[in-house]
Amino acid sequence: MSEEKKKVSKDPSLDEILESSRRDFLKKLGIVGAASVTGAAAIYSGYVHEKSKSSGEMVKVLTEDNRLVEIPKEQIKDYKPDLKTLQLRGRDGIKGKKWVMVLDLSRCRNARKCVTACQSAHQLRPYEYHINTLVMQESVNTPAYYMPKTCQHCDNPPCVSVCPVDATFKRQDGIVLIDNERCIGCRFCMSACPYSARMFHWQEPLVTEGDKEKEYNIELNVPQKKGTISKCLFSADRLREDTLPYCVSACPNGVFYFGDENENAVTNGTTKETVLLSELLEKNGAYRLLAELGTKPRVYYLPPKNRLFEFKEGEKTEYKEIT
Amino acid sequence: MAGSLLSSEKYREKLESVSSDILRNVRINRGFILWMGFLSVVLAACLFAYSIQLRKGLGVTGLRDITSWGVYIANFVFFVATSLVGMLISSVLGLSGAKWVKPIARIAEIIAVAFAAIAGLVIVSDMGRPDRLPYVFLFGRVQSPILWDVTVVTTYFFVSLLLWFLPLIPDLAISKTRLPGRPKFLIAAYDLLSVKWVHHEKQYQLLHQAMRVLLILIIPLAFAIHTVTSWLFAVTPRAGWDSSIFGPYFISGAFVSGTAAVIIAMYFFRVNYKLQKYLTEDHFEKIARVLVLVSIIYIYFNLNEFLVPGYKLKSLDAIHLKELFSGHYAPLFWGVQLFGLIIPTFLLLVKRMRRPLPLVVISVFVLAASWLKRYIIVVPPQAHPNLPVQNFPVEWVVYKPTLIEIAVSVASIILVLMIITVLSKLFPVIPIQEIAEDEAGGIKEPLDNV
Repeated sequence: MSEEKKKVSKDPSLDEILESSRRDFLKKLGIVGAASVTGAAAIYSGYVHEKSKSSGEMVKVLTEDNRLVEIPKEQIKDYKPDLKTLQLRGRDGIKGKKWVMVLDLSRCRNARKCVTACQSAHQLRPYEYHINTLVMQESVNTPAYYMPKTCQHCDNPPCVSVCPVDATFKRQDGIVLIDNERCIGCRFCMSACPYSARMFHWQEPLVTEGDKEKEYNIELNVPQKKGTISKCLFSADRLREDTLPYCVSACPNGVFYFGDENENAVTNGTTKETVLLSELLEKNGAYRLLAELGTKPRVYYLPPKNRLFEFKEGEKTEYKEIT
Repeated sequence: MAGSLLSSEKYREKLESVSSDILRNVRINRGFILWMGFLSVVLAACLFAYSIQLRKGLGVTGLRDITSWGVYIANFVFFVATSLVGMLISSVLGLSGAKWVKPIARIAEIIAVAFAAIAGLVIVSDMGRPDRLPYVFLFGRVQSPILWDVTVVTTYFFVSLLLWFLPLIPDLAISKTRLPGRPKFLIAAYDLLSVKWVHHEKQYQLLHQAMRVLLILIIPLAFAIHTVTSWLFAVTPRAGWDSSIFGPYFISGAFVSGTAAVIIAMYFFRVNYKLQKYLTEDHFEKIARVLVLVSIIYIYFNLNEFLVPGYKLKSLDAIHLKELFSGHYAPLFWGVQLFGLIIPTFLLLVKRMRRPLPLVVISVFVLAASWLKRYIIVVPPQAHPNLPVQNFPVEWVVYKPTLIEIAVSVASIILVLMIITVLSKLFPVIPIQEIAEDEAGGIKEPLDNV
């Protein structure tokens, strides 16, 4: 081959030059190919060797009951809770917390980012709501304003009282959840809810391909199920990961505060500023929806005063049923 | 119990004549087969509609998030209401010594059994997940009125069934030897169900004791089933449902629809079974008076239910009442109140109207209006919740029952008709033994010593 190469260099016509570079390329490719096969084999044998080792590197791991233990590194597996675990912890709630939401109506401009973020997290159609923004106006002489409406997570929830099978329940951290593994679809809770906060799956729910096989997570209520109730969950799955609910972090206008009543602190989802809950409520004359019904909501509203913008009724969206 | 009477010549004579009159109709004839065949065909079509609902979900109905209870629940309330008449006729009137109810008591119990039996199925047709029905028993919570409803409706059904069956036992024993040419299985069934009844004095004594206990027991039970049904609505804070008189309002309405149903059945059996001798004009006169009485009570409760909130006009009550009085539901509301309650009551004050034919025509109006009244109670209060209804497709906001919903509800009515047909065609529809005993005369009322 080297003789050939020399020959070519002696008499370099265009064709020969091209021919030479082709051969050269093939040769190099051959070397690279051989090297990569050997390399892969070496890596594989190393892997097999590592695997067969009974004792190797140890790592320290904190167990659920707060014990620091040491286990071989190769025995670590990604944890995927099964349905039973998800159900148990979902019904139990997060210890020591009392979740609370505050909505500053003076900042809401009906961006509806909370609605869409919620719908994409919970796989809902555009007109299926866990949170809905409403145009409110008490009388012709009082100003109109926008009001995002979630489940109020009442401390005296009428929906929980009437449920015949304990499908909807109140957790220790104040969240009212729905178990669609249990719900029989009687819709008594819908009748009982004074805030119309609940929705029902009248048809096959919107399920994205990947989520069909997912284990049902009661704290996300996904996959949703036909013939059962669904509702706002205060994004219980996010709270377990110590992050703010979907709607709260999606708001561009700083409407939402969310936090723990026990800590007396709430964080604004937009500015990420944390303030004292009691002070926020007191200084702004907070109120709760339909307080006269005695449902004791965990959602507070700050009245729409001192608005920095004029109320503008947005264009009406026509919603069409999707089957 | 006058043992001598049961062995007297006169009683035997009466027993022969009464049993031959009544048992004439106990047969499987062409009419029966054609009628049942017709019902089965319609039922099959309706069940096909239900299969569509099972497959596709409740979305095939007109129900949506705003109005989530509709025709099914209205139908359920109507069924429970109508079944209450068994208690009214047998217990309230029977125990108060109204002897004339004897020939119609069994008809009333048949209606009670049929409607109570199917009421449970009607509720299942409204469930999003009927396959999870066992959960109600596995995970039932006593706080939920649904649990109370399931419990009392089931109990009421069984007690009504006993109230139909116990007085039938002597009749079965009497009839089993008097049914020549009937199918063997029917005679065998009579023999089995008559539980070796030998007409012993002691047997009658025990029977009357048992009946007395049941007749008293069923009064609170019947009040319970319909009060609890009314609480399904009254426990929720919605304008139109949030009412403290819903219990008695429902009960008084139930007596109206049940009495109308009994009158229609009485008329049917009188004409078709040629029972003019047993269901006399006098019986129609008397039950018409009962209908007037219960209608007046119901009008009184209607007055309370609409006038009091109508006087105060709290904002949401005002919207609701406006819809009923002059809005979307006004034709239905006034039609029901006028043609199904007020005009019938006034008409029945005229003696001529209490004759069988005019009475049954009026009763058909009353019964149809009773169904529609349940619709008015259930549906309109949902259209205007506390917070505004916004950002929904239009079909989610306005409830319109679909064909499938109506077909499934028709199925439940077909089932009721089937039960009534079987119970009234294969078994004596008028109590033979009691009537013969009465006609033989002078005996002590079994219920007198209550």
